[in-house]
Formats: sequence, structure tokens, C-alpha cells
Amino acid sequence: MMKWRRAAAAMSALAVVSWTADAWPEPNPGPSSAAAAAEPPGLDPWANPDPFPSTYHPAPSPLVAIVHADVVDSLAPEIKDGTVVMERGKVVAVGPGLAAPAGAQVIDAKGRFVTPGLIDPHSHLGVYPSPAVEAMSDGNELTDPDTAQVWAEHSVWPQDPGFEHALAGGVTTLQILPGSGNLFGGRSVVLKNVWADTAQGMKFPGAPYGLKMACGENPKRVYGSKGRFPSTNMGNVAGYRAAWIRARDYLRRWDAYRAKIARGEKADPPLRDLQLDTLAGVLQGKIRIQNHCYRADEMAQMIDISHEFGFHITAFHHASESYKIAALLRREGICSVTWTEWFGFKMESFDGIEENAPMLQKAGACVTLSSDDANLIQHLNVEAALAMAAGRRAGLDISRTEAMSWISLNPAKVLGIDAQTGSLTPGKMADLVLWSADPFSVYAVPDQVYIDGNLTFDRHDPAHQPRSDFMIGQPAAPPVEVATQTTGGAL
Amino acid sequence: MSRLHRLLAASLPALGIGALVLATPAAAETIAIVNAHIESLGPAGDIPSGTVVLADGKILAVGAHVAVPAGARVIDAQGGVATPGLVAVGSPISVAEVGEGVEETNDDGTASDRLSAAFDVSYAVNPDSIIIPTARLGGITDVVITPEMRRSRQPRPTGMLFAGQAAVIDLGSGDLIEKTHAGMVLELGQDGAARAGGSRAAEIVLLHQIFDDVRFFEAHRADYDQGRSKPLSLGEADLEALIPVVEGKEPLIVTAHRASDITEALRLAREEKLNLILEGAEEGWRVADQIAAAHVPVLVHAFQDLPDSFEQIGATLDNAARLQAAGVELVIEQPSFYTSARTPRIDAGRAVAHGLSHQAALEAITLNPAKVFGLSDRIGSLAPGKDADLVVWSGDPLEPLSAPTHVLVKGVEQPLRDRDLDLRDRYLAIDGLKTGG
Repeated sequence: MMKWRRAAAAMSALAVVSWTADAWPEPNPGPSSAAAAAEPPGLDPWANPDPFPSTYHPAPSPLVAIVHADVVDSLAPEIKDGTVVMERGKVVAVGPGLAAPAGAQVIDAKGRFVTPGLIDPHSHLGVYPSPAVEAMSDGNELTDPDTAQVWAEHSVWPQDPGFEHALAGGVTTLQILPGSGNLFGGRSVVLKNVWADTAQGMKFPGAPYGLKMACGENPKRVYGSKGRFPSTNMGNVAGYRAAWIRARDYLRRWDAYRAKIARGEKADPPLRDLQLDTLAGVLQGKIRIQNHCYRADEMAQMIDISHEFGFHITAFHHASESYKIAALLRREGICSVTWTEWFGFKMESFDGIEENAPMLQKAGACVTLSSDDANLIQHLNVEAALAMAAGRRAGLDISRTEAMSWISLNPAKVLGIDAQTGSLTPGKMADLVLWSADPFSVYAVPDQVYIDGNLTFDRHDPAHQPRSDFMIGQPAAPPVEVATQTTGGAL
Repeated sequence: MSRLHRLLAASLPALGIGALVLATPAAAETIAIVNAHIESLGPAGDIPSGTVVLADGKILAVGAHVAVPAGARVIDAQGGVATPGLVAVGSPISVAEVGEGVEETNDDGTASDRLSAAFDVSYAVNPDSIIIPTARLGGITDVVITPEMRRSRQPRPTGMLFAGQAAVIDLGSGDLIEKTHAGMVLELGQDGAARAGGSRAAEIVLLHQIFDDVRFFEAHRADYDQGRSKPLSLGEADLEALIPVVEGKEPLIVTAHRASDITEALRLAREEKLNLILEGAEEGWRVADQIAAAHVPVLVHAFQDLPDSFEQIGATLDNAARLQAAGVELVIEQPSFYTSARTPRIDAGRAVAHGLSHQAALEAITLNPAKVFGLSDRIGSLAPGKDADLVVWSGDPLEPLSAPTHVLVKGVEQPLRDRDLDLRDRYLAIDGLKTGG
């Protein structure tokens, strides 16, 4: 009776008041001959590329050694009876039977498993929060097919209780995307799944921005139904190309201006355009294209557009038909961010299959799973297990390490943070999960989650169970973990 | 009576056809499933290694020391697990095909301004739905199809509160209908309130009025037919459809989320003497004792732990376990449709991870739905005399790494193929992926 309500929230059109050009900020009418250096930084796209900087600073973390664990990494082979040592926010050692360093807090994980913290590269937590009320449905700026100027972080409600549920499912990092109603939906933001009362307090320090683009049915339905452009797939493509032409022109105008200033000539700076800033950032290789696109033929068109205008597509999201063009995606170095079980909820997902991830893996293409959903984000490990099992039934030799990479290392690559997190590699952030059982079992639940070496969630300790302000003082609210006596595989 | 039978019963006299050979299912062979860990959920209990014998579409014997009949086809379960086929509850399998943008394939609900309670989803069953083979690969052999509350573009008249009547089908071949009029679907809470004019309080008042009108209609049918009735709140078809509900013969499936909406539903059923099934019940754990005392079964989405709305602030993964511990008869619903045609078993597994026993979780997707919808004489457990709706699994049925190795519906082994696998195999070849399987 419950039919993908949450997914629909992210995918469907919502009536929104129309927006006018009056809303644009006008440039400060300062001296017209002023050099760029004299302009307030907000008028120059490149003066301050980080105007909403992360304020997340991990607390100093203790020396912790998890011993006797089965370590299922996303990169290194599985270790039975392994030790993982964390200190000062980083993984410092991983190996079989390592002794805990002197002075370490020792956690005996006999019979339990350690994995990297899970990373969800496609989430709308915060922008489509719980409760799913219209007043806070801030994920889709459905007033123009090109809203590259909007930034998801300005819609993120940090009190979304969905974050703490995702944490209880082992998710330590996530990319929050605008919805897919527009050709250009706006910038994404990468968050660490830490409790904070501002979006800035969750921002993953230094993570590059993404630009959400969308192929196919959503934009043409949203605008076609309003009698507006685009209403067809060919309209969509014309819309993308026109935008990239404007973005190239914008870059050229700023380059010309800077060249004049460098020569000591007088010049008026071009008018800053937030929409084109983001597209220009893509052309400069600083912002990553995160492209909602289901169908193989549409992905191939998007790849040609990327060649035409000189940018790289980091990932196709949903990508239900990636398995049909696995070789092309491998050659282009494009990741697919997909699901295991979701299919058929619209025509462009009609050919979605369980084996998408394993087929891409064996074709040598990059693949990740993702949730796009506040419930699915809580059991990405099971989604990976289902895909691994489907692949093995197809005769594809999928290792547990590979399956783990679909929900940790590969998403980190998609987000451009794989040097910092995504695997249990010494020197990386100590983002990890201690599971009660094999993470590919439905019975496994995170006992503990560490972010930057700090115990952020503990299933047995309410002091380490973050709680949204929204849930405070609500008579109906359950304790985060009411009973939760895991019975495990009783079979 | 099956839909086919109903239609024939209605049309035969009119057509003057004296005799007609009804199509019967392909003759089910005699099969012995050996070397199986049998989770019978019936009197035979849990058998670490045993045999199930099927003949003529029925289960003949279940036990550790059952002899294989001469001439039987033997299926070696190879130590796998044999369970009753899973019963997916709350699903539109076979009445809806593709979601958004292809609404013409969706017959799971109506926005008609002339029809609510009389909507009977069984007329829309399509045995050729591509979702059926996919669902079988999730071990599902039977489905309780509940009508969806359809959001209408035009406001419907106030009082069109019922989504209509549920049906039960099997996922074999031929006439799939197992049972019609399996339950009447109603929604309380904020969505029901919206249909009743904007308040929960309005809906309860309207419902009492409707049930009064149904009883009046039943008692004054002749007057009604001659146009001598007071105005009634629903049309004739809807009134007619609600008669078995007010008589307590057909269950009323009430979606309610908030604890107070659940207790209102309990009160409504008590006052109107209705046979209630609760659906949703995210805050059911808060009033579990009252639900248990009223002997009202509950259909839950075991995964739902988010404060999705102001009526689900108490949603928690422990709900299933807590309800069951309080003695409530628990059914775990199909989590959603397109996103999980194969995976009600996974939801049951997650409920185990959050406190439910393995046996209770398995019962919640087999035996309990059979009981709740009045089919436990035919399906829901592996017991002699019941329909041979049975699945052999490669391992624990609730685990993602397990999969069905044999699916039988009414004793007929089903092909373990679906459109997914056909696409997979086409593109394994095109992609040049070598496989060992």
C-alpha cells in the first residue's frame, strides 16, 4: 500500500511560484574603473570559491584498537582475526593479529566485522527531510529548467532525523543532491554524517562540488506539463547544449577581463552570474557532473555533449541501463550510481536489472550503489549483498571486497574524496563501522560507527546516539533503539 | 468463487449453455522434495532434513521419514530450505505494471466520483504481468492485492472514503484468483481526513453515518429499489459492497499510523461490530496491548522507522517485534512495489535484526497472512491437504545471499526466469562477459 512515496517526492513535480529576474542580486555600484582586487569578493566568481565554508572540525580522537575482527575492506583483501587501529582521526594500522598499541582503548570484536564507513553518493536527506511536509520540501527548484545557480546546501535542514537513521545504518558520508526535475538542478554538497545545527557544520572539508544534471522523463514532464520548454528528449538536449555555449562565453569574458587587468588596462568586470559560475566550474574541471540518467541511449548522448563542450561526466546516477553500454562507460571513465532492486517505476527504469552492478564490475567499469531514499540508505549493505548474489548467480565472480567497494570506495571516487576516505587504508580518515555480524547478512546491524576516529554511534549507548532537535520532547518519539535485541540468523 | 466461475455463473443461464468444460490447471505431477531443511510452519514443525511429497497440486506428506512414492519426480533440495510460498500483502502485482507516466497500466485504484467501496480490484488481474515471474523469483507464490487510494486530480465528493476491495491471487497460471472480497480498504489519519473534508473528526462521523446507511439500505432494500428511501450517503453499488463489512463477514482493512488513530479504529470496529485489520500502525507498539486485547491483526511495513509525517513520530524498526511480543497477529507487508517485487523476505529479515524471532518473521510473510485473509486451510504452511505452494531456497530465505532454487504453485514447478534474466543474458553476451554459470 505504500508505493515509493519518498522516491516519488524526489522525482515528481511540485507546484512552485514562478520566479522573476528581480530576485537577482545587482552588482554593487562601486567605481566602474575599479580593478578586480577592489571589488567585494562576492562579485568575482573566483575571489572566494568557498563562501559557505565547512565549520566541521573533528574532536580530538583517542587511540582505539579494534581487535579480533573480520575486516571486510573495499580495497585490501578480507582479514580474519584482524586489528584496526585509529588515532588522531586516522586509520593508522590494519592487519591480521596485530597487537593493540600500548595505551589504546581496546575493543574486542570477536565474531564481529569491521568495514569502511558506508558512503551514499545519492541522497536527498535534509532537502527532502522527515517529516515530509510541504513546508520543508526544498529539493527541487522547479521554476526553470536551468537552475545551476542553486546550491543544495542552502536547502539542507540539518535536523532531518533521517541523518541519524542513516548513521545507525553505517553511513558516514553522503552526497546531497538537488532533485531531478531540471536539466541543471544545482550544486550538490558532500556531508559527513555528524550531528550539527548548521549545514556548514556537516560539510566534508574540501570535498569538491557536484552539479546535478538530469536526463529524460523528469525535466520534460515538469516543463512540458506547464507548456514550457523542454517537453521532449530532443528539447532536453538542446537545453543542455545552449547552456554549455553560454558557459564557454562566460569563461571567455572573464578571461578577457583578467587579461586586460593583467596588462594594466582599465576594464569593467563582467556581471557575475551564479548559474554560469557553476557551469564554468565544470568546464574548469573543478565541479563534478552528477548526471541523473537511466537509459543507455541517453547516456551515450550525454557523453557526446561532454565531448562537444569539453567536460567530463563523473557519474551517471540511477543508470538502470548502464549494463548495456558497460564498455563505453569504462572507456569514458564514468561511474554508474545505481540500485539493485528498483526497476519499472517508470519507463526509463523498465529495463533495470539486479545484475547491473556486478556486470559493470566485471566489464571493468566503475559502479556504486546508492539509496535516493531515506529508508534504503539504512541498509545499503543488504543492497550490496543482493547485487553480489545476483552477480554470482549469473556466473560472475564477485568478491566480497568488490561488493564492499560499491558502497564505500567507489562512492568516494564519485565524490572526489577517495584519497581521504572510502577504505580502511592507513592514513585515511578513520570512518568505519563495527557490525554485529557479517555485513552481507540481513541480520547485521552496526554496533558502532566511527567518524574521524570518534565514536559517533553506539547501538548500546544512548549517549552515542545523535538525536535531531525535531525528535526532542515529542511524546510519541521512540528511543533511538527501543528494544533491538538482535536475534541474528536463528536458522 | 473464482472470478471465472463468477462470470460463468452469471452468464451461463443467460447464454443457455448447458455444459461447458472448464479449463483446469496443467495436471500437477507427483513430486518428492528430498534432502530439505523443512520450515513447515505447520504441525510438522521444523525438520532439519526431510521430505515433502506433493500430488495433484496438494501437499501429501511432510516429515523426516516420509517415503518417496513410486513414480514420483524427485527434487533434491541439496540441504536447502523448504518453506511455504511467501504471501505478498498490500501489493498491486498483476494489476499495475509500470509506474509514473504510464498510468494506463495501473488498475490498482480508482479516482471515480461514483465508486469507492464497490471497487473490486480482482477484475483487473492480468496473468501476463511481467511482475509475476519477478515476484516468483522472490519466493512469492500468493499475493493479497489491496486497492490503492488514488489521488484524484478533481476533488472527489466528500465521503468517498474507501479504496475498495482486496483480492487474493496465486502466481501460477490460468485463473489466478484465489479469493475476492478479501477485505475492504479504508484510510484513517491525515489522508483519510483530507477525503472527509479536512478533519479526522469528520471522517469518523461520516463513517458512522455510512455504516448506519448500509444497515438501513440492507433493511429497506425493497423500498430503496422503488425509490422510497431517505437519501443515503453512498451510491447503491457502494452500499451493497459494504453489507458484508457491516455484517463482519468481510474484514475492514484500516490504514492508521498515529497511536490515537489506531485506538479510534479499534473503537470504530468495536462500536460498529466490524472485523478489523490494521494496516501501517507505525505507532502500534505504543498501544500494542489494546490491539492484542481486541484480537486485531496488523499489517506492517517492517522497514518504516522515519517520522515521515506528524502521525508517524513514533515509527521504529522495533515495531514488528514489539507488536508480536504483545501477542498481536503480525503480517509483514510487501515493502513497496516496483522497488522490491522480489524482497518482502528481506524486510522480514530486517525485522529479525530488530528483535523479531526468525520463526515469527517467516510466519509474518506466510502463515499469518493466510490466516488473516481466511486462506489458512489452503496456503501458508506445509501441511498435508494444503495447496502445494512451496519454495526451496539455497539457504536461509530471509538472507540476501539466498535465492529460490525451486518454486511450485499448486504443485506445478514454475520456471525461474523473468524479464530481468532475459535482459541479463542478452547483455552478458553483448558485453562479452565470460560467466562460469
